[in-house]
Amino acid sequence: MMFNVIVILVLAIILLAAAVYAVAQKDLLYAVLATGVISLILSVFFFIMQAPDVALTEAAIGIALTTIIFIITIRNTSRREDEVPVEHEPDRVEKESKIIKQ
Amino acid sequence: MKKLLVILLLAVVAYSLGTALMSVKFGENRLGNVQDEGTVSAFYLNNTPEKLSVANVVTAIVVNYRGFDTLGEVSVLFLAAMGLGSILYHRHKEGEEEEAILKPSSQLIQAGSKLIFPAILVLGAYVFIHGHLTPGGGFQGGAIIATGFLLMMMAYKDYKVSHKVLTWVESIAGVTFAGIGMWGLIVSQSFLENTLPIGALNNLFSGGIIPIIYIAVGFKVAAELTGVLDTLLNIKDKH
Repeated sequence: MMFNVIVILVLAIILLAAAVYAVAQKDLLYAVLATGVISLILSVFFFIMQAPDVALTEAAIGIALTTIIFIITIRNTSRREDEVPVEHEPDRVEKESKIIKQ
Repeated sequence: MKKLLVILLLAVVAYSLGTALMSVKFGENRLGNVQDEGTVSAFYLNNTPEKLSVANVVTAIVVNYRGFDTLGEVSVLFLAAMGLGSILYHRHKEGEEEEAILKPSSQLIQAGSKLIFPAILVLGAYVFIHGHLTPGGGFQGGAIIATGFLLMMMAYKDYKVSHKVLTWVESIAGVTFAGIGMWGLIVSQSFLENTLPIGALNNLFSGGIIPIIYIAVGFKVAAELTGVLDTLLNIKDKH
């Protein structure tokens, strides 16, 4: 009984740490992998709470499919999360071209 | 700074939710005692094994008692896949140069995925064929099969799935689901009525229409998710 409680506590701490890491990380690839870890631990929790149907769904969709779809999206957009998006700096292109000319 | 604010805000939300839910004891049964006749959970748990011969009560609720909801869910997934495909699907024209966004995988991954791919397909098929006996069902099995195809797409750069075949599989599975519903409407005046013989508990051929519907749902979900993944992996780079 004590052992179960310790395992659940450790898993919950890893879950919270992964969630905070996913929010704080600037590199989106690592953030997406952290959400994959969240899904993995959640599916273990669902199994512990006697909901194996939900655990199977979470394992197949949360860990594999969602993570891969996000990774494909990151491949097609940008990997770093910029503080200021490019669209909000209309004169950035001119500045850069001036620098190149000089 | 922005991140700090977000985490702070989340902490405030979590604190307010936590204080609100603190009075509810964790893991407590709030739907009433299962032994107590008259609650909904007691009805399902007591009657499902005898009346429907279905060992997995969750499947019985999802496919039989709430079958119309499941039809709606399948339609939602179909609409999502269709919307994504209509925006992103790129048909390869004749003579067009193909530029895949994936780099070729190493030989180890290629050989390993070829080895493990049939096993994943069999696991997925097992999960949705035995949906009324063991945990799992059509959605889970379909998602597992889609991950198998995803593995092959990632390991082999030129692995192609035929969208024509996917469309046909999906259409036939959807028509099967709706057709079984209409058959129930014709035979016993109720949509998705369980009209087939229910068989004996814990047999593979039991539960009437439940296994048939879940097999159809499994094929449908697998085809939709595979199509979505294939569409996403074949996006042409605009730059």
